[in-house]
Amino acid sequence: MIFDVENETLPREDLQKLQLRRLQDLVARVYENVPFYRKKLDERGVKPAHIQQLSDVTLLPFTEKQDLRNHYPFGLFAVSRENIVRIHSSSGTTGKATVVGYTRRDIRTWAKLCARSLAAAGAHSGDFVHNAYGYGLFTGGLGVHYGAEELGATVIPVSGGATRRQAMLLRDFGATVLTCTPSYALHLFEAAKEMGIDFRELPLRIGIHGAEPWTESMRNEIENKLGITAIDIYGLSEIMGPGVAIECAKVKKGLHIQEDHFLPEIIDSETGEQLPTGEKGELVMTTLTKEGIPLLRYRTRDISRLNTAPCRCGRTTARMERVTGRSDDMLIIRGVNVFPSQIETILLDTEGLTPHYQLIVTRAGNLDNMEVRVEVDENVFSDQVKNLQRLESKIEKNIKEFLGVTAKCKLVEPKGIERSEGKAKRIIDMRKD
Amino acid sequence: MKVDQLSIFLENRAGRLAEVTRILSEADVNIRALSLADTSDFGILRLIVSDFDKAKDNLKAGGFTVGRTTVVAVEVPDKPGGLHKILDMLRDAKVNVEYMYAFVNQSSTNAVIIFRFDRTDQAIELLQKNGITMVPGEKLYKM
Repeated sequence: MIFDVENETLPREDLQKLQLRRLQDLVARVYENVPFYRKKLDERGVKPAHIQQLSDVTLLPFTEKQDLRNHYPFGLFAVSRENIVRIHSSSGTTGKATVVGYTRRDIRTWAKLCARSLAAAGAHSGDFVHNAYGYGLFTGGLGVHYGAEELGATVIPVSGGATRRQAMLLRDFGATVLTCTPSYALHLFEAAKEMGIDFRELPLRIGIHGAEPWTESMRNEIENKLGITAIDIYGLSEIMGPGVAIECAKVKKGLHIQEDHFLPEIIDSETGEQLPTGEKGELVMTTLTKEGIPLLRYRTRDISRLNTAPCRCGRTTARMERVTGRSDDMLIIRGVNVFPSQIETILLDTEGLTPHYQLIVTRAGNLDNMEVRVEVDENVFSDQVKNLQRLESKIEKNIKEFLGVTAKCKLVEPKGIERSEGKAKRIIDMRKD
Repeated sequence: MKVDQLSIFLENRAGRLAEVTRILSEADVNIRALSLADTSDFGILRLIVSDFDKAKDNLKAGGFTVGRTTVVAVEVPDKPGGLHKILDMLRDAKVNVEYMYAFVNQSSTNAVIIFRFDRTDQAIELLQKNGITMVPGEKLYKM
C-alpha cells in the first residue's frame, strides 16, 4: 500500500520542481538563522539567490558529524529553543554526542514518513506493531512509534531488552509486525524457540529491520526462520531517524528515499565530487523541509548507490542500494554507533590507560559482541588479581555508560596488540555472513 | 624486614611462562620462590629472585609489564599449628593477608612463607613484637 499516493508517486519532473523550491527555501532559512551556515556560504561567496536549479546543490558546503559535535549541544538549531518540542541524541562521550532537535512540524513530518515506511513494508491500519527498537534518546523507538500510530496501527512500545518477556508478549498479543534491528530479530527468534514458541505459527507477517548493516543472506535467514517478509529501513538521527528510506515489500530491490523531504547525492568520499546517478560512493543528504536542525549536504559516511528508474510498486522516488559499508571507521554494534576514538577517550579517562587498544567485533549466534583489548602498562599493573579485574569492570562500565553498548574488556600484554607496518590495527571486525 | 617481589603480567596463553623463565635463565637469575595467580584470561606471576634489578630490567626489555611489591618472608615452625598461630595474631590485629605462598628452603627446620599484607608496616611491627622471625630480603635472595 502507498500511504501518501500524491507525494510518493509524483512524476520525477514535478518532484524535482518541488525539491528545488524547498532547497531554495532551505538555503534562505539556514543563511538567515544558522551562523555556521551563513559563514560557510559567505566564505564560498554563495547567496541563497544563487540556487537556480537542483544541480546548484554542489555550490553548498558539506556538513560533517564533527560539525554537530563542534556546536554541541544546540549550536546548529535553526529555530529558537521554545520552538523545539523534542530532542534526540546519538551516543557519545561527554560533549561528543550529536544532538538534534525537532519542531512540532518536524515531528509531524517524521510520523508521516514513518507511516509511509510501514505501509511500504506492507503494514496497514489494524496491524499490531511490536516495536522493539530502543525508546529514549535513540531515534529508533519513538520514530517507529509515532509512525505506527499515524498509520492507524496498534503499537506495542516494548523497547529493547528482556527478550524472554518480549517473546511471550509477541505471542500473547498476536503482533503482526515486528520492528527491531535484524540481529535482534534472530535473537528473539532463538529465545522464543527455547520457550517452545514457534514464530511460524504466530500471526507475525512483517519484520522491519534497520539501524545496522545486514546482508541478503541474513534477510533470507530471518524470513525463513520467522516465516515473515523482512524489510530494510534506513535512517539516521542527524537527518531525521528511521524512515528516511524504506524498501517496498513488492519489489524489495533498493530503499525508496523520501525524496520530497530529503535530497540525496552520491559523492566520491575522497574528492567530495558528486558522482553520476548509479555510481557507488558516499551517500550525502540534504534535509529539504526540516526546521529544527536543517542540514546541508550531510555526509552520512554510508556507501551506497542511487537508482532513479521507476519501481514496479508505483513509487517514483529514487532508490538507494542497501548500505554496503562505511567511508569512516564507525562500527555499528547492536544498532549503536561506536567510533574507535570514543573508546580511546574512555580508556584515557579511565586511570590514564595507554591508548593501546584493539576492538574485536564478532557475532555469536545472532548478536554482536565487542571485546576491547587493552595493553597493561606499569601505571595500572598490580600484583593483585582483584585490582586488575576491577580495572576491567570499570572500563566495561564506562563503555556501557557513555556509549550504551556492552563490551567485554580483556587485558593484554604490552605489544600484545597486532601492529601492521608499525601502525596498530585498531579494529578487527569478524562479523561475516 | 621487607622483601622485594617481582610481579609480571602474563596473558593466559601457551608459552608465556616459558618466555619468562627463558629470559631469567639467560640473565643468570635464579628463582627463589614463585606463585601464579590466574583468571580465565590473564595471570600474575610473582617471583622472589636472586637479583631483583637484573630480572626486572631483562623482563622489561623483553616486553613484559613488571611491578615491584613489598612482601614479608616469615619463618614458620615446621610443625602442626605453626602457621595457625601466626594467622591468629594477624586476625586479632585485623591485618588482612592478600595472598601468601611457600618458599622452598632446604637447610632449616623452619618453613619460610611469603606474605603480602594489606598493611605491611603494621604487620611487620606486630610480628616483631610477638617474636616471630622474619627473613630480610638480602638474606632471602641468597638462600
